[in-house]
Order: sequence, then structure tokens, then C-alpha cells
Amino acid sequence: MKKAFWLAGATILALAQPALAGDTIKIGFVSTFSGPTAVIGNDMRNSFELALDHLGRKMGGKPVEVLYEDDGQKPDVGKQKTEKLIQSDKVDFIVGYIWSNVLLASLKTAVDSKTFLITSNAGPSQLAGELCSPYVFSTSWQNDQTPQAVGTYMNQKGVKSVFLIGPNYAAGKDMLAGVKSTFKGQVVGEEYTVWPSQLDFSAELTKAKNSKAESIFVFYPGAAGVQFLNQYAQAGLKGQIPLYTAFTIDELSLPLQKDNAIGVPGAQQWVNDLPFPENKKFVEDYRKKYTGLRPTFYGAQSYDAANLINSAVVAVKGDTSKKDEMKAEMEKANFKSVRGPFKYGNNHIPIQNFYLQDVVKDADGQLSLKTVATIVKDDQDRFHDKCPMKK
Amino acid sequence: MLVLVEQSLNGLQFGLLLFLLAAGLTLVFGIMDFVNLAHGSLYMMGAYFAATFVAWTNSFVLGILLALGATLLLGIALEFIALRHLYGRDHLDQVLATFGLILFFNDAVRLIWGPAGLSLPLPAWLTVPVQIVPGVFYPAYRLSIIVVALAVAALLYIVVMRTKIGMLIRAGASNREMIGALGINIKLLFTLVFGLGAALAGLAGLMQAPILTVQIGMGENILILAFVIIVIGGIGSIRGAFMAAIFVGMIDTLGRAFLPDLLRTVLSSAAASTAAPALSSMLIYLLMAIVLVVRPEGLFPAAKR
Repeated sequence: MKKAFWLAGATILALAQPALAGDTIKIGFVSTFSGPTAVIGNDMRNSFELALDHLGRKMGGKPVEVLYEDDGQKPDVGKQKTEKLIQSDKVDFIVGYIWSNVLLASLKTAVDSKTFLITSNAGPSQLAGELCSPYVFSTSWQNDQTPQAVGTYMNQKGVKSVFLIGPNYAAGKDMLAGVKSTFKGQVVGEEYTVWPSQLDFSAELTKAKNSKAESIFVFYPGAAGVQFLNQYAQAGLKGQIPLYTAFTIDELSLPLQKDNAIGVPGAQQWVNDLPFPENKKFVEDYRKKYTGLRPTFYGAQSYDAANLINSAVVAVKGDTSKKDEMKAEMEKANFKSVRGPFKYGNNHIPIQNFYLQDVVKDADGQLSLKTVATIVKDDQDRFHDKCPMKK
Repeated sequence: MLVLVEQSLNGLQFGLLLFLLAAGLTLVFGIMDFVNLAHGSLYMMGAYFAATFVAWTNSFVLGILLALGATLLLGIALEFIALRHLYGRDHLDQVLATFGLILFFNDAVRLIWGPAGLSLPLPAWLTVPVQIVPGVFYPAYRLSIIVVALAVAALLYIVVMRTKIGMLIRAGASNREMIGALGINIKLLFTLVFGLGAALAGLAGLMQAPILTVQIGMGENILILAFVIIVIGGIGSIRGAFMAAIFVGMIDTLGRAFLPDLLRTVLSSAAASTAAPALSSMLIYLLMAIVLVVRPEGLFPAAKR
């Protein structure tokens, strides 16, 4: 009996051993893997896995273990999953986060435990400003930056007035504020819709039409972008009031938006045709590994996140207890990003270019996104002054 | 003024769509005393069937007719295989079982059609806006939803109020045991009612499909509204469901349309734009709360014994 007890104890210890010894690099990945926006989470996971394949599934000589957790697009669930990954799985890094409200709810847990958090999408203004942290890095952007670029482009086009529509949550407010900060014309109306449940935009489209605005700007990520473009076209507004977008048309929504998306411009820091060798490799290998699918900017940012983590782990030769050294290495952004080289600002948000993208038919006769022009070069977010960290 | 006309049409269209969903739910709940959480799944299946059949047949009208038939058959099969064993059970058992069905349908759809969702493109003649009164253009497709839903509502009224089956349905809503005792084949009646409810849910789903995307879980949010409607209208009452659905559709849409401007007169612009969507989505539930306090049996309850 006593022997059996010891045996059991030894077995449990043996099982627990790898986690204690730290022979693996443990990464937690929080994203949405259920519900209508699960396709986004899948794209992020696919790209992260592809990056690990390219790295030989090792970082700094140690095997990598990734734990994927589903936030269900809900802030409370995201927070729970983050706590679980940090407190019971004791991950070295935590990555992911599509939604700004989920990230904001989860942030404190990561920062308090001094676990590195790499956001590979969400970029709430608070994170760039007063909530910035030495332990948080972004491989995406600050929410305002992309719509700021759209606003700049609208100025170039000589647009005189705009009607803004977006979802009523952290990112929606940042996005509309972003356009307003650069657009020089008149903002004749501003509507927020219930997020994520409201899918019918008839009331908002009617108001936009009757406002006599010269243009409409929207931010609707995921399936909501498909629904908005459908309803915009059905209301006969296409060709009547031009539409400008941020994060509304991507490789996941395009197969559903089809011709509705043609001629609708958007801005992005990454487009699938950017002429960097790393980007070509990423896009080609993604399409080879996941037949029938195309990577999106969500994926590109997650691919970059894996490489950013790798740069830090390699710099400390796999000893993830050297947090200061890892932080110093990541601040250099010393890896080949698929968007091309970029630098980090004092708040760990990339200083990067934003491109104008358009929908075209590609060689296979399929609709795809294409870089048309560079709208802004080396753009830094407008909240970095509020971040107490200085360079 | 013209804006008000257009927004009212938006509200009417949304309300009528909700009516189609709520009518089936209230029939099943009121007559069979059966809580069917999977009603939203039938709505989803209607949309998926429509997207598939329209793509197969290359005809919008033929595709949606086939989809309607398929949802009806699915409803009958579902009742026959699974749900009829739950009639005598406690409401909690029914809730658990039909919640399980939601999960089943969501994963079945994921297996068959994949996780990405489908789109149901409209034929060209439905994508143009039409002029209804001078100066007011309205999307043809939304207008056609109004027409179809009103026609279905009228048809339902005739069937329920003027035919023998309708008489049995009404009798079933008032006193189930009694019509069983009078020798009516209640099993057959229930299967029929459930199939009818499924077809109505499917119709709502497939009509909503071109406006929204066809996606997994699309029926779950809207099902909550359908339950609110049957509570407001009175459980088992088609007339109640109709009136309540129009109320809810109007309140939701007009709230969204006019509340922000109204709030801007008292609040700062930024605060108003944030508070308005939250408040307008609350209005429906406020209405339900008031109805529950003032008339707990609903506004137009089905006649009970």
C-alpha cells in the first residue's frame, strides 16, 4: 500500500517534470475559435502554426508548446482563459486577441504576473497610452492608425463630408475617432450600433442616405462587414454615396462579399502582395498548407508574433527567466516582418507604413486585395505621448 | 417626414420577420406546451438550405421553395424522431434536450457546410431600390419581405380562424386534454403544428439570409427576441405574436433611428452616441418588463378555459 503510494507520487512528479524544468517554450494563444467569427481565430492559428513550422517548431533550441484557448468573443471569457493560461499553465508568452474589449479585460492579469503579452490584432488606444506596459508588445497597430490613414486618403480624394458608422465597443470608438482626427471635411453624422448582436443596419443606412453626406466610412470586422456591404448595395447606395472602410474587407469576408466589395477602398499595414521575400514565403506556404484558404492581415500579424517571440527566446538562448533581456531584444524588432521592416515606439506599438488597398480579380479569376499606394510612411500612433515609458 | 416613413418601413420589415419566427414558437409553446429552444436552429437550417438550393438550381424562387419544403420535412422528422418523446416531461427536460439540439445542429452545419458561412446572392430584380412615394426609395428586397410576411400572416389567420384544422389548433391551445378526449388524433395534430412552426422559422431564416450572412449560430440572438415577443403578445396567441412583433420591430428600429438625436439634445454628443445604442437595445426588454407587471398573461392572450 505504502509502495503504491510512493509509486503514484513519483509518477505524478515525473509527469509534472517538464513544466517545472522549463525544457519547453510554453505559449498561450487566446483568440475566437467558436461562433461566427471563429474563421478569424482559425486564420490566426493557421498562421502561427505555419510560423512554427518555418522555425522547425523550436525556439532557442527548445521545443515549443502552444495552448490555444477560445474567448468566444466575450471579454469575461477571455479574461478567464488568460488567467488559466498564466496561473495554472504558467505560459512564458501569451499571444492573440482579436477584440479590443477582450484584450482590455485580460490585460491586467498578464501585466501583474509579468508575463509577456503579444497582441497580434487588438490595439485599443488605452494600451498605446496610459495602459502601456514593458510586458506588452503589439505586432499589429493601434486602432486609430488605420482609419487615420483612410481619413488622409479621403482628404487626397477631396471628399468634403462623411457619415461615420461603427460598432459600439472599444475598437469601434477608436476607429471613428481615428478618421475624425485626420479627415479635414465635415463629419455630418456618427452612428454606433450594438455589438456584436446587431446585424441589420437599415436604420443607420437610411440616416446616412438622408444626411446628404458625400461619403460613408464604416468599420465592421468579420461577418458584420459582409452584412453591411450587402445592405449598402441593396439600399442602392453603391455608386450613389462612396464607401470607405477599415478592417471591413479581408480575405475571409471577400469570398462572401463578392462583387459588393469591388471599388470599395480600405487601408492596411499588410497586404498579401507586399514585395518582401518573407511575405512571399508566408503567403505561398500558407496557401500550400491550407488548401483553398488565403491568409489575412490577422494571420500575418500572428505569423509576425511567433517570429518576434523567437527573436527574444533566441537572444536569451532559451532561458525565459531573463525577462529584461527578452524585453530589450523585442524592442529592437529584430526579425523579418512580413509587412517589411518596422521599428517599435516607446509604447511597443509598431511605427509603420499604411497602404491603400483595393479589390481586384487576380490571375486565378478570384477576387483578392491589392496594394495600390502608400498612404502614410512610418506612422506612429497619436497616444504614445501618454505612455509613461520613455525610450 | 420622409425619413420617418422610411424608418417605419424598416421597423415594419424587421417586425414582420420576427413575427414569422415568433408565430411558430408561440404555436408550439402554446398548443403543445413545449419549450423549443431549437427553433432558432430551424431558422438557421432554412437559411442554409436556401443558400444551397439556390446555388444548385440557379434559380432564386425555385431554391427558396425547395428550402421551405426541406425545412418543413426537417421539422416533421425532428418532431417524429426526438421531440415527441419529451411532451410529457418537465419544461427543464425540454429545455435541456432542445439546447442539446442547438449544439447538434451547429456542429452538423459545421461538418456539412464548413465554419466559414455562406452567402445567398439576390437576383438582379430584387437588388434595385424602388420608389414607393415620391422621394422615398426603398430596397426592393426589404419591400418583398414585407409583402410575403403580410401574405403569410393573412394566410395563417385564415387557416387558424376559418378552417377545421385551425379550429383544432385553437381548441388545443385552450384545452389540450379535452380535445384528446373528444377523439382527435392529437399526435398527428402536434406533428402538423410543429412542422408548420418549423416551416415558418425556415421562411424567416431564408428571407433574412440575403440581408445577413448565412452562418452558424445565426438563430440564437434572434430567438431571444422571439421569446420576448411571445411573452409580450401572450403565449399561444398568433394575433398577440403579430402585434407584439410589430411593436418590437418598430421600437427597436425607431429607437435606433431617433434616440441618438433625442439624447444629443440633453447630453454631450459623445456620451449620446455611446448611450443611445445601449439604451435602444434595452427598450424592448423594458417593454417586456412593463407588460409582465401590468398584464402578466400578455397583451393578447389566447382564450383559456
